[in-house]
Amino acid sequence: MAIITRKKKSAKKQRAPFSQRTWSLGFLGLAVAIYIFYTYIVPHTSDGFQSQIQTWFPPSSLNEALVWVIAALGLNIVVGYAGLLDLGFVAFWAIGGYTAGWFMSGFFNQWHIHFGSEVANAIPGVHLSFWAVLLIGAVICAFFGILIGAPTLRLKSDYLAIVTLGFGEIIPQIFVNGEDIHGFNLSNGTKGISPVDSIGIFGKRLGPFDLNYKYIIFVAMAAIMVFISLRLRGGRLGRAWLAIREDELAASMMGIPLMRTKLAAYAVGAISGGLAGVAYATHVNGIFAERFQFSISIILLAMVVLGGMGNVWGVIVGALLIAWVNSTGLPAAGDKFNSVFNTHINFPSYTFLIFGALLILMMLFRREGILPESRLKLIMHETDDESGNEQPHDEISEEEDL
Amino acid sequence: MALDSAPVLEAKNISVEFGGLKAVDDVSFVIPDRGVVSLIGPNGAGKTTFFNVLTGLYKPTSGFVIYDNEDITGIVPHKIAEKGVARTFQNIRLFGLMTAEENVMVAMHSHLKSGIVSTIIGSPQQRREEREAREEARALLEFVGIGKTAGEFARNLSYGDQRRLEVARALALRPKVLLLDEPTAGMNPQESAVFVDFVYKVRDEKNLAILLIEHDMSVVMKVSERITVLDRGTKIAEGSPAEIKSNPRVIEAYLGKSAEVH
Repeated sequence: MAIITRKKKSAKKQRAPFSQRTWSLGFLGLAVAIYIFYTYIVPHTSDGFQSQIQTWFPPSSLNEALVWVIAALGLNIVVGYAGLLDLGFVAFWAIGGYTAGWFMSGFFNQWHIHFGSEVANAIPGVHLSFWAVLLIGAVICAFFGILIGAPTLRLKSDYLAIVTLGFGEIIPQIFVNGEDIHGFNLSNGTKGISPVDSIGIFGKRLGPFDLNYKYIIFVAMAAIMVFISLRLRGGRLGRAWLAIREDELAASMMGIPLMRTKLAAYAVGAISGGLAGVAYATHVNGIFAERFQFSISIILLAMVVLGGMGNVWGVIVGALLIAWVNSTGLPAAGDKFNSVFNTHINFPSYTFLIFGALLILMMLFRREGILPESRLKLIMHETDDESGNEQPHDEISEEEDL
Repeated sequence: MALDSAPVLEAKNISVEFGGLKAVDDVSFVIPDRGVVSLIGPNGAGKTTFFNVLTGLYKPTSGFVIYDNEDITGIVPHKIAEKGVARTFQNIRLFGLMTAEENVMVAMHSHLKSGIVSTIIGSPQQRREEREAREEARALLEFVGIGKTAGEFARNLSYGDQRRLEVARALALRPKVLLLDEPTAGMNPQESAVFVDFVYKVRDEKNLAILLIEHDMSVVMKVSERITVLDRGTKIAEGSPAEIKSNPRVIEAYLGKSAEVH
């Protein structure tokens, strides 16, 4: 039977070229290589090379990119796995950030609570260790994920997107205006909370230049998120997420509780958004309300879509790439352009123009993303692949008289 | 014949109204334990609407659905599925971008217990559960005759295999009642003939009752122990295939004025 042999062939083609183990070892190796490069090799190179590195690949932008990776991995669970379009992910980033602001600074100076941090005991405020704050941030964000998700996840996808958009605006606005809530200062308003304690590790506080330690910590956090994503994806919950993404009605008919399953995706995603928020607060040593703009949600979404929805490795690549372009690549390339052509174009102000163009090009030429999940590649190229749509059931009309 | 046994599922005086339109009007219906019964009727007779009431997708305007001595009227679909009422779909609704094996394992969701934490840490119970679920899924695929397709995406399977996969997926719920919505749609006469034997194999080996909606009269007459005929939302006849064949009201409903046999 010709049809069957052809199908077998196409099935073989879809199989991922590398196993998950290869991918994880590859990324881990890359992370170690980058660490060695920055810590042991760069200091011994010529000044010219060092300044090139500082212009194009400064270690701080690498750390920031890792924060984006952590958040994008969380959004990938919500959007990529469960297929719930979330346009307000910045809310969880903000909540995580403020958790760090509240529990790792002198902001609440009416209290004097120290736990596990390396901050001098005499300083007032709440100073918990970074690790404890990560845990608290995760719990608070999971709580808010469920709180926000419970009323909204009953909505069909388009409406859900709009409501999440609303929450993504509301939460940062609460922080912007949270200076005086019936006499209680929740967020210090537009002034923000600064400084946030630096991370304490092995009895030592990481200073602003201890970027390599932060790098290790952020890589570890991203690795944990990858691990969690892959484990969940392979288990009972991950199957239920994918089933909901594929066909919600059929999933419910197969005994999957839609609300609870979607809430789980939302909560796990929110947790990683919160972890990214805490990490970000320690990265910039402060937390500022006006930074949590709608654009962050969109950039995160672009990372997930561009990288390859549903595939953690693609999402990592997408997040690193976009974060780098956003923070370093574009300004550096702009400066270079200006100095070579003697122009005065402010390239960073065109960020979104360039992003938009990039997204359109991606959607035109590589809809499935840079490193797509193998299953998505299949559907995206269906129209290109003529052998794929000859199945008789495609002709059966969709007029099920429900 | 299992028609005399106690009913496993019973619909009492079901009516469904959409606005002013009565899609189903006061239909009572019994599925005997381990019986094979059919629901037939011209297009728009209310068969699928009735199906959707049984599976919880619609809440009936009036009437009750009793399953296993329990009132399940208006319970959410996933709870009804969990209790053991499984279905297939008129237009195949598989999870196309999941493998055949994964499709079957999705339906085991309510029988599996692992939560988020045990899945992340990969506890021994969780791993054993996954292994057993996978074995069960393979066995079910084998049972419906598509064991070799376990690793293929559902959308890549041939049409007949997709139909079989839908049955395997429904069986993963360990149902007492299996509802098949036009299972032979799109099959050729040979495949339909094989299907009749398949229905009895499922009933006998999985010990469940089967309700079919079917258009293909040759299949219906061969497979059913009892047939119920709906027309314009009301039950117009019920009986053995021989009785239905000679029932003047049924003939009128089918031939009617348009003289078109489905």
